[in-house]
Amino acid sequence: MTVTRAITTASANPGERRRGPRRPMTFRRFTRKYLIGIIAILVSIIVFLVPFIFILLQAVKDPKEAGLMGLDWPTTWQFGQNFFEVIQTNNYQLLAAFINSIVLTVVSVGIMVVFSAMVGYLLHRKRSKINPIANFLVLAGLIVPPAVVPTIWVLQGLGIFDTLTGMILIEATLGLSFAILLFRAFVATIPRELDEAAIIDGAGPMRLFFQVILPLLRPVVVTVIVVQAVAVFNDFTGPLYFLPSSDNPTVQLTLYNFQSQSVSQYNLLFMNILLITIPPLIMYIFFNRQIVAGMTSGAVKG
Amino acid sequence: MTSAAVHIEGKPTAKTPQAPKKDRRRGIRSPYPSWFYIPAGALYLIFFAVPTFSSFYFALTRWTLFSQQFIGFGNFVQFFQTPALTQGFINTFIYGFVTSAAKVILGLALALLLTNPIFGRGYLRAVVFFPVLVSTVGVGLTFKALLDPFHGVVNQVLGFFHLPQPGWYTDPHLALLTVAGVDIWKGVGIATLIFMAGIVAIPSDYFEAARVDGAGSFKVFRSITLPLVRPAMATVIILSLIGGLRSFDLIWAMTNGGPGFSSDVIASVIYKQYQAGFFGLSTAGNVILFLVVTAIMVPVQWFLNRKEADL
Repeated sequence: MTVTRAITTASANPGERRRGPRRPMTFRRFTRKYLIGIIAILVSIIVFLVPFIFILLQAVKDPKEAGLMGLDWPTTWQFGQNFFEVIQTNNYQLLAAFINSIVLTVVSVGIMVVFSAMVGYLLHRKRSKINPIANFLVLAGLIVPPAVVPTIWVLQGLGIFDTLTGMILIEATLGLSFAILLFRAFVATIPRELDEAAIIDGAGPMRLFFQVILPLLRPVVVTVIVVQAVAVFNDFTGPLYFLPSSDNPTVQLTLYNFQSQSVSQYNLLFMNILLITIPPLIMYIFFNRQIVAGMTSGAVKG
Repeated sequence: MTSAAVHIEGKPTAKTPQAPKKDRRRGIRSPYPSWFYIPAGALYLIFFAVPTFSSFYFALTRWTLFSQQFIGFGNFVQFFQTPALTQGFINTFIYGFVTSAAKVILGLALALLLTNPIFGRGYLRAVVFFPVLVSTVGVGLTFKALLDPFHGVVNQVLGFFHLPQPGWYTDPHLALLTVAGVDIWKGVGIATLIFMAGIVAIPSDYFEAARVDGAGSFKVFRSITLPLVRPAMATVIILSLIGGLRSFDLIWAMTNGGPGFSSDVIASVIYKQYQAGFFGLSTAGNVILFLVVTAIMVPVQWFLNRKEADL
């Protein structure tokens, strides 16, 4: 089906279209290149940049000005004050939430990567009767919305409801399908002869996978890590259902807490938004290529 | 994890009798051990398959997590007889189709623009894509402030030009579409990226041949780009439909399903019923969402695949 078949290679990279020989710049080509570009930039500033500028400005205003919700330049800059106030709210809740979110993201993505690499590897290399079933289940995992209350029931049965452990396992499970698709497609690009060579050299199944195959999967491992880390870090619905008590919130839930509090704290709310946007921003700056590869892997049939 | 081991034992035994037999015949251990399926399979079974299957039973009960009483299809009857809940059912379709269609059209337009050698292309690509990575709740709250009916920047600007200032998310007729609009703002970056990858993958010979034959820009788009970008379009439609039909967090951050029930969707009904303690009804909502998503996605996938096969 399309999702499976389409997600074929993680290295799909929207690079430049091959350029022909340089043609002289006519007036028409000049307008096409610069006029359209400048119009697009102006529109993009209004549509895409203003909301982010708004977040920045709101975050540094004093409570009264922030309450007006205008785009005016702040009369008093309160960056430091707002920053410390947000962090100290609810007994340093935001710091605890950051630690929780980071632990949740790192552990669940780690589990996801290793487990789904193993399945993706097997799905491509081994012909068995399980394969069609496994492929179907992977696809079902992409489409079927998770059943919320029964999941809580299962978590309670295991005694891990409202714990970080439970949340980690849920996030890892929900990310498996997507990761397996990427891994299965990428394993196809690693020649089987390599496996054979390793086996002849005396590598056992474990060594073959962890020391030969897994290192070769590095590009797609990075892609899976980056894309899923952003997804888990930004997940709001999962923690809302499965971490409901305020003892161990994630960063997304701290935002929700501010929303239900009084209106006069708009500056703190936006400082909070600003702070939790920084980790994805850092990911984007450093791993732009991998994020793009992961998200466009479905676009090209191959 | 310890209790996980108990559950999984049933799964591999079904096929272990076969694998060793074959291996013994060859005299070599398989280099691809079947137990590699087990860790992922165990997680999937316990935290996804079991809840999904049991939801079909719990949807038929009055349920408090501690006690359950079988009431047949009572929850479903209630779901479709309460106007507030039926509204959520209809809104799910509107939301899913509006966001998906807009992402296809805008995404394709932006991708066409950004695959041309225009000025500032790198900046434009970055800025269109960045909202995808920002927290959905953060985006929702930001736009809630920007679209505030009285103080919001958008209405201030409209007022300056003496244009009507709609109550974006306070007007029951507009609320759902406003949220859908913000969803499009946030999600159009992925659609654009996928379309860009699709367009770049088209061999440039086709474009050159068309130009030599004297085709104009529009003709090239209609006869070459559009047909050949179909795999990308299928991906965009499928991903955005799945996301749109299941979407919850943006709606919850911006309107809580309000005003009244005008912007409720199935996913927010599920949460409201869960909060109110009607776990059976909430699970029935989940089953309905499952049926809606499957009923739409299976034919859509089939249709898109068939078209691809024809090419």
